Amino acid sequence: MGHSTCSHTKLTLNFLQSSSWIAGFFLFLITFLVSFTTNIEASSVRPPANAITNALPEKSTSQAKQKTPGGFVPGKTLGNRSQTDLWRVMRRNIKGTVSIPDKKAGVLIQSAGDSWMKFRNNDLYKYSSWTILGMIGTLLLYYLLRGTIRIERGMSNVTIQRFSKFERTGHWLNAGAFIILAITGLNMLYGRYLLKPLLGDELFATIAGTGKYLHDFVAFAFVIGIVWIFIAWVRDNLFSKDDIGWIAKAGGLLSKGSHPPSRKFNFGEKIVFWITILGGVAISITGLALLLPFQIQLLPGELGIHNMQFAQTWHTIIGIIMIVVVLAHIYLGTIGMEGSFQNMKTGQADRNWALEQHSLWLEEVEKSEEKQGTTDARQPAE
Amino acid sequence: MARMKFLCDAERCIECNACVTACKNENEVPWGINRRRVVTINDGKPGERSISVACMHCSDAPCMAVCPVDCFYQTDDGVVLHSKDLCIGCGYCFYACPFGAPQFPQASNFGSRGKMDKCTFCAGGPEDDNSAAEFQKYGRNRLAEGKLPLCAEMCATKALLAGDGDKVADTYRERVVSRGFGSGAWGWGRAYPGQSGGR
Ligand code: HEM
Ligand code: SF4
Ligand code: SF4
Repeated sequence: MGHSTCSHTKLTLNFLQSSSWIAGFFLFLITFLVSFTTNIEASSVRPPANAITNALPEKSTSQAKQKTPGGFVPGKTLGNRSQTDLWRVMRRNIKGTVSIPDKKAGVLIQSAGDSWMKFRNNDLYKYSSWTILGMIGTLLLYYLLRGTIRIERGMSNVTIQRFSKFERTGHWLNAGAFIILAITGLNMLYGRYLLKPLLGDELFATIAGTGKYLHDFVAFAFVIGIVWIFIAWVRDNLFSKDDIGWIAKAGGLLSKGSHPPSRKFNFGEKIVFWITILGGVAISITGLALLLPFQIQLLPGELGIHNMQFAQTWHTIIGIIMIVVVLAHIYLGTIGMEGSFQNMKTGQADRNWALEQHSLWLEEVEKSEEKQGTTDARQPAE
Repeated sequence: MARMKFLCDAERCIECNACVTACKNENEVPWGINRRRVVTINDGKPGERSISVACMHCSDAPCMAVCPVDCFYQTDDGVVLHSKDLCIGCGYCFYACPFGAPQFPQASNFGSRGKMDKCTFCAGGPEDDNSAAEFQKYGRNRLAEGKLPLCAEMCATKALLAGDGDKVADTYRERVVSRGFGSGAWGWGRAYPGQSGGR
């Protein structure tokens, strides 16, 4: 068997060898004829009239819906489609290929950047200013009309435990981080116009640079603070039936002597809580997306620059909303209401303050204290 | 005063990437950054075109408008430059730039950005012309030496043109006239609105 195969191969080879010149001749003839005939036609370096020399690039999914322009060029001289169309399509985020490692660089033009810039520089700048100034104005007016909300019965000098050390630590961690983030963040938006003319290029850049690093790192303290206060207070901030009465009387904020009953937190405080928690989560996610560029996907589709623009825009919008809400919160926590600041400072609330602001909560606490008092007495000291 | 412009003739660019290499070498561009890149559209398909792109030195530059520390400036030649001493690496110029020109060295493995780096039209930065400090931060200042950007000067097919906008436009206009209708230039209308030809 082996022998016959061998001789067969040999035979084939022999055949090729003996007739290779014939094959070579035919090959040459065919090549010559083919090249001769094509050469007649393609004597110009120009592509033939029916060749497609100029096609529109394939659109990515987000662009697919947009209609491609027509614009066929008569004459068939240089492709059948106007180059203007090619470049017009190009401006819709079309992605080509690049040989450098950063494949995102394949996008030639992203026109959205200009709109993003204009939105941030004009609209965001303008409406944020009005919102913040509007809130400061409202609070100022409220202070002039209503003044500090006093404890009507006066200080009782009997205090009850309102916030534990755990609650206060979480609150001040969150509040401290928030204030630093808000100031350094606002400096990003307004510093160029408000501070730079006063301080000069160099000093302002140093401050802004330090502010940026503070913002980037204090952010983590803020995230921890958000989780902390959520754990501490979520149960006390679930909405309940008592809130209706509070809303009906506008929290007693508008008239003296009106004290709608509420539990540990009233409806207004619950709103502040939920805006802080939900806003805090959203601002942390968008902030993290800014901190780790092109690593956190917020929008469907390719993780491109629109993701970053989206994150930046919403980060600022949510930031401004939170700042405005917190301004009102700070007002009521300090000069706006007698006795409220010491609650979070010491954890101890004056009994009369509690009676006027959180009567239902006071009842609960005093009841459980009575019970606890008896259980405590029975327990042996450790 | 001349208004400096770049123009890449997409009918001539052959994607050899020599401009990219020349730029990196001449300016000793930081690792991981390409001030210039070549993008190929329709790669391997009918109608393939390659375009070399870097900062286009826009007339009304979005990067300049958005920068929170206002560290950009435009020279009398229309070249958009910035100060790395003032830049805080926020990345906003990159979000705003239509051409993806600003880039950032990674400052820490935490992902934070260093000072922004971009094409300078081979015109250095705010430091003294051709000082060591200028070279270290921005690369060569060829304009101060009376030379044009290296990428365009050494382009083998003369696809990439750089220099006085009037001259660039004239050169390109001659090409269009001899080539006939259908040859469009890339990026011109976007970066220099209202300036279809020379000025
Ligand atoms: C987890 C929390 C947060 C993270 C990770 C974060 C991150 C960032 C980043 C990366 C930027 C871009 C500039 C820079 O690098 O500094 C930024 C800007 C900014 N942040 Fe935050 N941030 C956080 C929380 C906050 C909070 C709580 C506020 C507001 C109270 C805030 C307000 C702002 C503002 C106003 C800007 C400037 C926006 C602009 O210039 O248009 N951020 N933030
Ligand atoms: S191309 Fe980009 S970086 Fe260059 S001037 Fe225009 S916006 Fe600025
Ligand atoms: S990264 Fe630097 S140059 Fe760019 S906008 Fe921010 S501060 Fe300005």
